[in-house]
This record gives sequence, structure tokens and C-alpha cells, in this order.
Amino acid sequence: MTRATLQALLSHWWRNPLQLFTLLAGLALATALWSGVQAVNAEARASYDAAAAALGEGQYDRLLRRDGQPMDQATYITLRRAGWLVSPVVQGRLNDVRIIGIDPLTAPGDIGPVAIGEDADVVGFLTGAGQLFANAETAQRLTGQQVIITPEAAPGTAITDIGVAQRLLGKQGQIDSLIIAPAQPRSQPPLEDIAPQLLRRAAQGGSDIGRLTDSFHLNLTAFGLLSFAVGIFIVHGAIGLAFEQRRPVVRTLRALGLPLRRLIILMGAELVLFALFAGAIGVALGYVIAALLLPDVAATLRGLYGADVSGTLQLRPVWWLSGLSIALGGTALAASGALYRLSKMPLLAAAQPRALAMAAGRNAVIQGAGAAVLLAVAVVLMFTAQGLIGGFSLLAALLIGAALALPLILDRVLAACSGLARSVTAQWFWSDTRQQLPGLSLALMALLLAMAANVGVSTMVSSFRLTFVEFLDQRLSSELYVSTEDATQSQMLTAFAVPRVDAILPIQFADTEIAGQPTEVYGARDHHTYRDNWIFLQNSAAPWDTTFGGQTILINEQLARRGGLGIGDQVQLQDQVFLIAGIYGDYGNPIGQAVISEAQFAGLYPGITAQRFGLRLDPDHVPGFVAALEAEAGIPATQTVDQARIKAISLQVFERTFTVTTALNILTLAVAGFAILMSLLTLATMRVPQLAPAWAMGMTRGQLGKLELLRAVLLAVLTAMVALPLGLALAWALLAVVNVAAFGWELPMYLFPGDYARLGIFALLAAALAALWPAKRLARTPPADLLKVFSNER
Amino acid sequence: MSDKMVQGVVGRIIALVFLWFLPLQVAAQGFAGLGTDAEGFAIPTPEPSFEFPADHGPHPEYRIEWWYLTANLTAEDGTPYGLQWTLFRSALAPEAGEGWTAPQLWMGHAAVTTPDRHHVSERLARGGIGQAGVIAEPFSAWIDDWELQGDWDTLQMTASGADFSYDMALTAQGPLIFHGQDGYSVKSAAGQASYYYSQPFFDIAGTLQLPQGDVAVTGTAWLDREWSSQPLSDDQTGWDWFSLSFDGGHKLMGFRLQQTDGQNYTSATWITPDGRTTAFPDGAFSAEPLITHQTVGGEVPIRWQVRLPAKDVDVTVSAMNPNAWMTTSIPYWEGPVTVIGSHMGMGYLEMTGYE
Repeated sequence: MTRATLQALLSHWWRNPLQLFTLLAGLALATALWSGVQAVNAEARASYDAAAAALGEGQYDRLLRRDGQPMDQATYITLRRAGWLVSPVVQGRLNDVRIIGIDPLTAPGDIGPVAIGEDADVVGFLTGAGQLFANAETAQRLTGQQVIITPEAAPGTAITDIGVAQRLLGKQGQIDSLIIAPAQPRSQPPLEDIAPQLLRRAAQGGSDIGRLTDSFHLNLTAFGLLSFAVGIFIVHGAIGLAFEQRRPVVRTLRALGLPLRRLIILMGAELVLFALFAGAIGVALGYVIAALLLPDVAATLRGLYGADVSGTLQLRPVWWLSGLSIALGGTALAASGALYRLSKMPLLAAAQPRALAMAAGRNAVIQGAGAAVLLAVAVVLMFTAQGLIGGFSLLAALLIGAALALPLILDRVLAACSGLARSVTAQWFWSDTRQQLPGLSLALMALLLAMAANVGVSTMVSSFRLTFVEFLDQRLSSELYVSTEDATQSQMLTAFAVPRVDAILPIQFADTEIAGQPTEVYGARDHHTYRDNWIFLQNSAAPWDTTFGGQTILINEQLARRGGLGIGDQVQLQDQVFLIAGIYGDYGNPIGQAVISEAQFAGLYPGITAQRFGLRLDPDHVPGFVAALEAEAGIPATQTVDQARIKAISLQVFERTFTVTTALNILTLAVAGFAILMSLLTLATMRVPQLAPAWAMGMTRGQLGKLELLRAVLLAVLTAMVALPLGLALAWALLAVVNVAAFGWELPMYLFPGDYARLGIFALLAAALAALWPAKRLARTPPADLLKVFSNER
Repeated sequence: MSDKMVQGVVGRIIALVFLWFLPLQVAAQGFAGLGTDAEGFAIPTPEPSFEFPADHGPHPEYRIEWWYLTANLTAEDGTPYGLQWTLFRSALAPEAGEGWTAPQLWMGHAAVTTPDRHHVSERLARGGIGQAGVIAEPFSAWIDDWELQGDWDTLQMTASGADFSYDMALTAQGPLIFHGQDGYSVKSAAGQASYYYSQPFFDIAGTLQLPQGDVAVTGTAWLDREWSSQPLSDDQTGWDWFSLSFDGGHKLMGFRLQQTDGQNYTSATWITPDGRTTAFPDGAFSAEPLITHQTVGGEVPIRWQVRLPAKDVDVTVSAMNPNAWMTTSIPYWEGPVTVIGSHMGMGYLEMTGYE
């Protein structure tokens, strides 16, 4: 019996292979987009985690010298002997590989290279034989060294014993930083008494790199989720249709005595099978997407944040699991309604070929109410949402509410147009479009979501780019940057540069606390560079004049938000009181920052001398100046950074970001277009009875076909008009709610009408392409088929 | 955080390097091949002659060495406490060396045992950079802020952990005593041996800083010195070591080395109140587990029947706090014991090879 039932059920798919294809393809595409994005994210995260773990970044407080220079090894011994449980770290670069030296005996438990294998030469590691741990890619750059390949090692990083690192980096007897173990003895002398030259830097919630790139990943994740939602709409449509069309089969089976319970179990099993099959295809496809995207993402992150990400993908079993479970979950979500209706259906309910449309009509009121409630929730959340959960709830309410509202909105618009129509053909066209709406609404919802997601993500990425470029202009306003090794070299540089450049802007900072927040205070030299380039989020009148005058201070947004500070508030540095004159955006910086005048800085922090300098000079003279600096002052080109070069690199990186975004945009639109095609094809055969009278009254098949095409484009235009505001609302929610909740800074939102117009055209093209085939088929329908309508009620 | 990254080098290096301090339940291979040969390390020879204070200092040409102090303490209110201060030296190569490449590694263990708590702390350090070491004259043994220093007639001792610290003064009330044949202590039938002497006659007084407050304590302490390159044979998997002080002034050191064949190798030293010793060969001393207890690290015997018929010793030795498990990188059980039977008294018990 079970077998016979299954055969009966499955026969539907044999007879409608296109529907089966829609179902499987929709599910596979949804899973692919989701798992592809997740894979890219996971791979990138694994890379930084490895990098961060190598240094214990973010987990442990550290001790550093106030002036940023390496400390003497004796300081380490003094601290240990005073009961401070600290562990030394030396780092530097060798052949462009980051070398990290640790002392495994004192390092907190989770720092260090990947597990040393059983065969590892421990004695060799500890006694200076020079073992380095790195991945295969990095190992190639470490020629002449004894490298042990460990695939999990952070990209571009090699870990070794501290003694070896000191020797390789020429830092004998020096230590760059000390990691403070979390558990310390119950009593120990204060740091000021034993090592006053050291500064304790608190652990940051995640690594610096992690925080910066989290923003990027959050965006990608949101995108993946939206893509999945689009896919699920398609699946929902396909399942709904299949269930409606199988009503006669179901009726017959039940009339033959098949228990409802078993029927539902069998139909559920059928879906599970499909979900597993499509999910597996989806994960494989997602892997391909990820493999194609990853090099770009890796390049983006490396350029943007200096995060080394492995450009190659490892196939992790967890993706299969998560991909398959999301496919199963998505199918369950899409099918639950259909299965529920089936279980409630009266035994001998007549097979109703248009049941779907009629059910949609019956449900319109419920659907409208749902949409209204969700949109109202979204509005409330816009003003009240706090934290990530609030932000994502806002996104969900907005998207689902808008999707539910779409058919109703379109219905109203079409009704209005129908009222305005003069000619009979136009009236028929509008009414017919309206009548077709229920069958197309799921596909249109998918299109709406795809477009809204694209508008939202494009806006977000472009706003990010614009903000960042402005920020780079502000922060990299000097033409050349030079780092010096010590105070003597600083003096040499100053002496050399004064007659040759327009201005020297020392970059000097001290670590302190403002309003209880760890903050770096910078001392800025009075120069028009600052006035010209810095953009404030909020400021009082002439903020630079008062700041260079010594009365005021400028702070970054992070400090303002976390310390609850605003313009005109007072802050204190040692015994000096400053008024806040400006708040500036400081994207990606995890901690507070403030700017005071050079004179005030020198008074407050007399021990700190600048070791980085921005030089203003004619950009054309930069290469000549760098050459002269090396030849005459002995400061090598490696200590200089050409601003134009940095900017060029940054912009290149953004181009890559766009490659990723564009690729994802095209994919989602393709999915939505596919949904429209499938809906139209399914509707096509059902619509013959409705078209036959129009044909019989004198419209040619060609005209009917053109009208079909026009209808699809029209619906796409209307959907696009709803999608644009929805996409903008989405972008706003991502930038102003989710980003603030996640990272503590708001990205300003910019609008890009050109981009939206292009997206709109893409969407129309997708809809037109999708409608082309069904329209052509219609135009070629044999007249005999149309005539049959009048002889046979089908 | 990628979990494969973590617990990497640290755990393994500690385990591999310090493995041979305390025998683990490793198959017949011995531990990391240590039972086989001495790889250029010096090996203890019979009829040693010690030179003091030089021999209080380190012997880098031997693979392992320790300065091991345990104390039975009593507070003014009569509450008993146990205390441990240990510094282990482990050599990767038979030379002292200097800087990070020096092949000498150091490990410190400190503990305070109360009737219901057991506080443990551990420190690790490289030799050659000044973070840990031992100097014979003037005697000082240290790792980080832990220190044992003085002239062996009097010693000052400190140690600290996350939840305890102590500060103690020791005064010797008798001479050094030498185990085995004048300090040459045989550890197996195959002849593995170590140099082993003790100062079991310390009076100790000082303050324990515990979470509940400072506690002034007095009592007696026992300091062991031992070094070797190959202390155990391949088939020995752990040991039970007793240092017992009886009312009336006699003391007994006895150990039982567990073998894979289920047999034991035992050895003992009987110490009179004035410091004369009698060494007993394998079989004279016996220790039988009576009751076991499941600790956080393993099931260990916490009550023993200890016999040395030659001295009419037949006593029941019971752990003061059964949960005195050392949660260190090499885990073991170490804690104060009480002695009842033919002799009354107290002492310390160490048990390894049970995890």
C-alpha cells in the first residue's frame, strides 16, 4: 500500500518535471547562496581566529612600553620575580612573514602554534634549533628555516620560540609585549612600583582585525539570509502548487482507504528526500560559489584591514551539516502550510484547479492583517530597537511584512488602473492581470525581496566605500608618512625635511582614559591640513581654532557614544580641563581617540616624542624626496609610506568588494527571474480557457503574447517601485541599527539613484526574459487548442 | 577560536619535558623512552661523597632534580594544615647554558591543604634567563616570586597562587640524613638509582594567607633533595611515597614503586631522633591500600596499612583531606596524613600513576 501510494504521489512529478525542477532548483539555489556565503565567512573567520590566537589578541591584557618601543628582557624577569604572571612575546617581519616568538612555558594555555605532533622535536623547539610553525603557503617564504607545516596556522604568520624569534629578528634581549595571564597571585606589588615605564592595555572583546572585519561579515551574512529567503519563497510556491494540483490524487487515495496519517507521513518523507537531494546539490554549488568568491574576499579583507586570510577554501564537514539542515528547515517552513491544509481537507473535497488562486483571495484579509501588524512592529522597532536581536527583528518584520503586503498593494494599484482604462482591451488587460495576481504573487514576492536586498546591500556597500574614502582622505591627508626608529632619527628627519617640505606634522599619542574609556590622545600641530580635511559628525564653531588654542578637545564617535559625551561637555586629562568642540567618525577603531593641540600634549605628556610624521609636499616631489632622505639622512624608503600608494591600494580593494557584491546581486536576481519564469509557465496552460474568449473575439495570438510580456514587465515595474523604499529601509536598518549595535559606530547613509536605476533595469530584464518564453509559447498556441476550450470544459 | 590551535605547544611540551618526574601510566615503553639510556647525562654511582653547600645547588649534568619540602602544620585553634613547596629541574641536555637556549627547565608546585580545601599553584620557567634557578652559596632556590633561601640551618620560604600564599621560617633541629647507601638510593631491581638526602628535622612557623583570612601556624617540615638521570625502570608505572614522623621523634621514609607485573619495589629509611639511619632493601617495607577514593583526577588509595616489621611498625596511614589532588600539568596526589597503630604520628603521602 505504501509503495502504491508513493508511486501515485511521485507520478505527479513525472508528469510535471518542470515543477519538480523548480522545487529542486529553488531549494538548491537557496541553499547554495546561504552555504556559499557562510563558507566564505567561516573561512575568513578561521583565518583571523588563527592569527588572533597566535598572539592571544583580544583575550588577554598586555603590558607594553609607553613609548611603543621594545622593553628590556630584564623587565620581564623583574615582573616575574615580583609575582606578576606575564609571558613575553617578540614579533616582527621576516621575508614578509609575521614572526611571533613566544615562551611556551609561561604563555597562557591557549596561545601557540597548532598542536605539536607526537614526533615533534620538543627539545629542538626549546633549545634554539629554530623550528617555525606555519602553513604550507607561508613556509615557502621562509627559505632556509626549519619550518613545520601546520595547516591551521594563521596565514602569513610563523610561530616559534622566543629565543629563535629574537635571533631571527635581531632583537636579542628585547621583548615587544607581555601577555598578562588571567589568574594572578592573590597579592602582588602595583605595576608603577616595579615597571613604571610599562602600560597595561586592556584586552579587547575581539581582536582589532576581528572587530573591523565583523562589520563586513555581518553584511555578508545578512545578504546570505536574504538570498535564502528568496529561495524559500520559490520553494513555497512550488510546493503549494504541487499540493493543489495533487488534490484529486489525494482524494482518490483517501477514498480508496489510505489513512490520512500515512498519507501525510509519505508526503513528508517525499519532501525530506527532495530537501536532502537539493540540499546536497546546494552545498556543492555553495562550495563553488565560495571558492569563486573567496579570493576576492580575501583580497578585500587583506587590503582593507590588513587581515591575512587564506585564499583557499577547505571543505569543512560542518557546512554539509548546516547546509542540509537549512535545506530541510526551509522545506519544512515552506511545506508546513500545505501539509496543514491537506490534513484539514474534507475527504471528498472536489479537485479545484484554481484552488490556489481562490484560497489566496480568501486569505487576503488574513494576509493584509499580518502585513499591517508586521509593518507596525517594524515602525516601532525603528525607533526602539536596541542590540543585534532588535536589529535583526526589525529586518525580519520589515521584509516579511512588505512581502505579505505586496499582492494587496499590487491588487489596489491594478484595480485603480482598471478604473481608469478606456478601451475594452485595456480594461480586459487590467482585469486579467489582476485575476492572474494570486498565481504570480509568490514569484513577485521573491522578486521584491531580491530587489530590496540588492538595493539595501548596494546602498550599504557604497555608503561604506564613500565613507571610507572620505575617511582615508582625512586620515591620509599628508603626501608622505615617515616612521623613525628613535628620537635621534626624529631630529635628523626634522632637520632634513624642514627646508624641503611645506609642513611637518608629527603624529604622537599617549594612552590614557577619558570618561572611563581607554583612549589614545593625539597632539596635533596647528596646520590647515586638519581644517581642510577633517569632517565632523557634530561640532561647535571653529573647532580647530579653539583646539589649537588649547581650550578644547576633539573626540571620536566611539568615545562620545560609550562615554556619553557631547559637544560642550567637559573632560579632564590629568589636571587640565577641556571642552569638547567636535566629534568625528573614526571607522573601525575599537577604542576611544581624542585630539588636543601639540602644545597641550607636550605639557601633559613630556616624555613622549613623535616617531611618525606626516609630511606635506608637492606629490610630484615625493619620489625624489624619499630618495634624498635615504641618501642624505640615512632613513631608508622602507620607513616611508607614500599616501597616494595607500589610497590606490584602498580603492583597488573597494573595486574587489564590488565584484563580490555585484556577483551576489546578479545571482539573487537570477533566482527571482527564475521564479517568475516558473510561475508563468505553470500558469500558462491553466490560462488557455481565459485567453480563448479574447482570441475568439478577434485578438491575434501575437497580440495576446505581447500583452503577456507587457504584463510581466508591468508587474515587475510595480514590484520594483515597492522594492526601492523597502531596500532603502533595509539599508538604513543595517547601517543605523545593526551596525551601531554590533560595532558602536553609525555609517552615514548615501543614496545612489544611478545604481538603483540600473538594478531596476536588471529586474525588468529578468522579468521580461522570464516572460519571453511563455509569451512565445502562447503566441504559437495552435488555434485548435484554443477552440477546444469551447467544446470541452476541460 | 580554533580549538586545534589551543592547548598546543604548551601542554605537550610540559607533558613531554616533565614527564619523567612523575611516572604516568604509560605502556611498557617507559615514558618517552626515558627508561632506556641516559643520552649523555651523568648517572649516579654507589658510594657517593657529597660536598656542602655545593650539593644543595643544581647538578645540570643530571637529567632531573628536586628540592621538595612538605610540612605538617597546626593553627592556634588546633586545625591541622599541610603545606608543599617544590622546585623541579629538568634538563633537555646535560649542560647549564645561558639565555633562552639553556636546556634547563624549571617547574614549581606549591600547595596548602586544609581539612576541606586543597589550594594548588604551579609555575614553569626556562633556565638561563634568571626567572628560576638554584644557587648553592648563599643558598637560594626560586621560581618567579617563590623562594626558598637561607643557610639550611634557617630558611625563609614563600609561595603564592591565585587563592593562597604563605610566608614561612624554618629552623633545622637535627642533621641531614642520607637514604640508601650513604645517599645512593636504588629504585629498582635492575639497579636504577638516584642521589637522595633529606633534612627531616625542620621546625616551621609562619602565616598562611587563605581566602578566609590569615592563619598563623607552627609545625614540622621535611625537605628532600634528590637528583638522577634515570630514576625508574621501564616497567614501573608510579609510586607511593611516605614520610612519617612518629610521636617520640622517630621518622620513617618509605616508598613503593608500582610495576606493570603487579609487583612492587620497596625501600625505606628508619631515622632515629638524633639522626642515625637504617636503610632497608626491597621487601622490608610494605604498604597496602585499604580504602580508595574518587578524586577529581583519579581513584587513589586514601588509607594504607604500612608495615616495617624490622622496627615493629604496623600503622594505618589516613589522608587528612582525601581530595588533595594536584591539578598541575603532571597531576598526582600529595597531602598530609595521620598515623595510628603501633606508632602514632603524622606525615606526608605522595601517590603518582593513578590518573
